[in-house]
Amino acid sequence: MPTVELHFAALPGHVRTARMIATAVSRRAGVPAGAVDEIKLAVGEACARAVRVNRRSNPEALVHVALTDAPETFTVVVSDSGAPGDEVAPGPDGGLISAPALLDLGGADLGGAAALGSAALTAPGLDGDPDADQPFPPGLGLALIEGLVDEVAVRRGTDGTGTVVEMTWHTGEPPADSDLDSAAYAALAAEIAGSARREA
Amino acid sequence: MDLSLTTRQEGTHTVVVVGGEIDVYTAPKLREQLIDLVSAGSYHLVVDMEGVEFLDSTGLGVLVGGLKRVRAHEGSLHLVCTQERILKIFRITGLTKVFPIHSSVEEALAARD
Repeated sequence: MPTVELHFAALPGHVRTARMIATAVSRRAGVPAGAVDEIKLAVGEACARAVRVNRRSNPEALVHVALTDAPETFTVVVSDSGAPGDEVAPGPDGGLISAPALLDLGGADLGGAAALGSAALTAPGLDGDPDADQPFPPGLGLALIEGLVDEVAVRRGTDGTGTVVEMTWHTGEPPADSDLDSAAYAALAAEIAGSARREA
Repeated sequence: MDLSLTTRQEGTHTVVVVGGEIDVYTAPKLREQLIDLVSAGSYHLVVDMEGVEFLDSTGLGVLVGGLKRVRAHEGSLHLVCTQERILKIFRITGLTKVFPIHSSVEEALAARD
């Protein structure tokens, strides 16, 4: 069961809203601050991608975000309503392509470029028109997600339409003894804090 | 927080001071600013990102677009950034190899292109 679910119209301005909600929910779940920053950015990337996909192929459809806070993990699932696999441009072996190669810049590592999958090379946005409305190649957002998230899975939507991006962070240990009720746990935490202070 | 943009001339270079959030919603403003500067003949840009609170791949794309534009005029685009969470984004995407990144505007201005 997700902790928080959100459906929003495919408009760029709502991506920030989704990002703020993900930040608030992960903070409330006690996720460490560094991971909250990663969650904020990765959720923004996944939602921005979903907004582009929906606007292109199904503008009326809402983007769906589900945030789930479990004892050791924090999971965010972002679903669009485009064609399956739309804007997923994996490099060789399903890995993600390097940005300098993607962006076709002079001085980029040619070895990397040579290793690119043909999907990346034919992806829209690579043919050098700097004024194109699509400001970056589709792989870049996912490359960023890949770098920020502990586990990423990209799959087809359950009804056969759209793409689902599932991102999971490992947020640490569960309480040492799950039989403790919350009052006992709070008392224990206070005791630990007290002993830490005494030691300091 | 929204995107804020100010520009100033420093000798042959134009310094663009960016603040706030550069994301899918605000990035078009930065793109227009960079296009306007290049159209007006400013080919040597320093983008000061010390006030940037959030940057996503759309923002990265706009910076890369700016770099492509100035390079077309044999210009340069240097970045100023010391914030670890922003630098991390450049590292993850491999763009530290593409942009010269400096720790101060003075250092960026002193750099030879």
